[in-house]
Amino acid sequence: MNHLGTNFYEAASVILFGIGFMNLLLQNNLIKKFIGLNIMDTAVYLFLAAKGYISGRVAPILTDGIIDASHYINPVPAGLVLTGIVVAVSITAFSLALVQRLYKHYGTLNMDEIMRLSREEEGE
Amino acid sequence: MEHINWIHNIPFFSIFLAMICGIITALAKDGKVAFKIHTVMVFVVCIMSGLLLFRVVKNQETFYYMMGHFPAPWGNELRAGPLEALMAVTFSLVMLLTVSGGLDFIMKDVVAEKQPLYFIMLNALFGAMLALIYTNDIFTAYVFIEINTIASCALIMAKGTPESMVGTTHYLVISLLGSGLFLLGVSILYSITGHLLFPQMQEAIVGIFKTGEYATPLMVVTGFMFIGIAIKSALFPFHSMLPGAYNAAIPTSSGILSGLVLKSYIILGIKLIYCVFSELVMHTLKITEVLFVFGLAGMVMGSVYAMRERKMKRMLAYSSVAQIGYIYMGIGMGTRVGMTAACFHILAHAITKTLLFLCCGSFVEDNGGKDKIYHMRGAALRNPLAGVGYTVGALSMVGIPLLAGFISKVYFATASVYSSGKMAAVLIVLGVSMVLNALYFLPSVIAIWSPVKGVEKKPFAKVSPMFAVSIVGFIILNFALGVYYRPITRIIQMSIGLLAQ
Repeated sequence: MNHLGTNFYEAASVILFGIGFMNLLLQNNLIKKFIGLNIMDTAVYLFLAAKGYISGRVAPILTDGIIDASHYINPVPAGLVLTGIVVAVSITAFSLALVQRLYKHYGTLNMDEIMRLSREEEGE
Repeated sequence: MEHINWIHNIPFFSIFLAMICGIITALAKDGKVAFKIHTVMVFVVCIMSGLLLFRVVKNQETFYYMMGHFPAPWGNELRAGPLEALMAVTFSLVMLLTVSGGLDFIMKDVVAEKQPLYFIMLNALFGAMLALIYTNDIFTAYVFIEINTIASCALIMAKGTPESMVGTTHYLVISLLGSGLFLLGVSILYSITGHLLFPQMQEAIVGIFKTGEYATPLMVVTGFMFIGIAIKSALFPFHSMLPGAYNAAIPTSSGILSGLVLKSYIILGIKLIYCVFSELVMHTLKITEVLFVFGLAGMVMGSVYAMRERKMKRMLAYSSVAQIGYIYMGIGMGTRVGMTAACFHILAHAITKTLLFLCCGSFVEDNGGKDKIYHMRGAALRNPLAGVGYTVGALSMVGIPLLAGFISKVYFATASVYSSGKMAAVLIVLGVSMVLNALYFLPSVIAIWSPVKGVEKKPFAKVSPMFAVSIVGFIILNFALGVYYRPITRIIQMSIGLLAQ
């Protein structure tokens, strides 16, 4: 329990990841499904950002001439978060475009309904 | 820093060429020009990878290629050895044959103004697969997994029918679950090892493992990453995305997705096993055992589902599930012999399944879009070349001697002897699965060759020369891999030795 207190950002991010994951898996509404995807990815960024920050240190930009590493944080997690955001944005854009086309054709956002309609069309 | 000779630039240059061709293709005015750019690019990559393969096999070497200006623990790296080079050669060869053979399907099923976009996606997909093969950095692997996902979804969607959109949504959602798990795994692994490059990570993991520190996170991470990869490569029970997607996509896309894209994730998994987690950790955490069990289940269940299926493309998709099960069984045996068999099966399945999808697509086209197996009766008599291709592919999947599928099954059976306690399970399931394979493939083969009585004879189907060349090429490759398999397996054995160093 002690660890949970010290690592509460990480714990929260993993819980959020779980919420997003189940939402992406089980949610019937397509828009909510992809909101789940975004929650899932954002949870990972929270995890990385929390891991990458050490209280009292600053980003490794030389302004006051200190070159001692213990003054700075590791910039790599932030870089990973940025890359991850780019990936998540493009995937979200792609999936929303897909959802839009599905909605135009079937007139619903409910995945079960779409599957049913699709099967009916096929059966004809 | 040691001197880098020009052949060491090939891995980077292949990926770069594929990506840059993707950008150039955006300027192409129609599908034909885009196709030419794509073919030349894949051909060049094929030749270069061949040179690379020749060189690394001759020298028995593995090398790291530094990307940018930062050396090992900080910068980004590519890694190339015999396994990577062999896979790059196979992937480019299969890609070349599939796309040139399946050009008619692309020209017919994709709207004219969207054809260059289709080729952009093909180029991006090819570049991403090469990057997954060559990469030595785990976050790069994640980014290219996502590029692979988007590009493959775009390939499924290219047909533009509502059915293909539903298939794409399904494929996209399941794939995203897989890559989400992989990303979380990467993040936690980075937080406990402090590195992103494979060799440094392995050093840290082995260190952590010996001290027993972070034992639980390490186990969770390994689980996340391999479940992620298993979902992406459609290991049973995560296969539900395949049938809908492959059925709705154009045959060229289905062939590439089933033959190559699924394999690129498995190759990444194999590299993770040897270069990141090491054999010791994998065995102690029993991840291999889990993969083994799911592999066995997939071999049987994939075939059972395939038997129930009435549509030919869906049947082929379920057959892919079974074949992926074979590969995971080989990986799960936990021995290098098993891994050799798995790697050989990756090659065998890549050249066979693409052939089957192309031939099946040709039959469906002759039948005017009817895709049930009973509509296929007599299809081979009207289109003998595709018929021969389908028959060769089906027999190879069943495991008839002289064909590639037979050799991989022999290797799986032989490998089972070396893994204690798994021999009986492997041999029994292998036997059952081969019988099941025969039970669903042979009826379809008989159906396509049996004439339909009482119907006036339809004229011979027109087959484009490129389709013919591609089918003949695949048949030759199948026989070549089934007869001259020794050099290939020797390369695989050597490469696994080098990977595990």
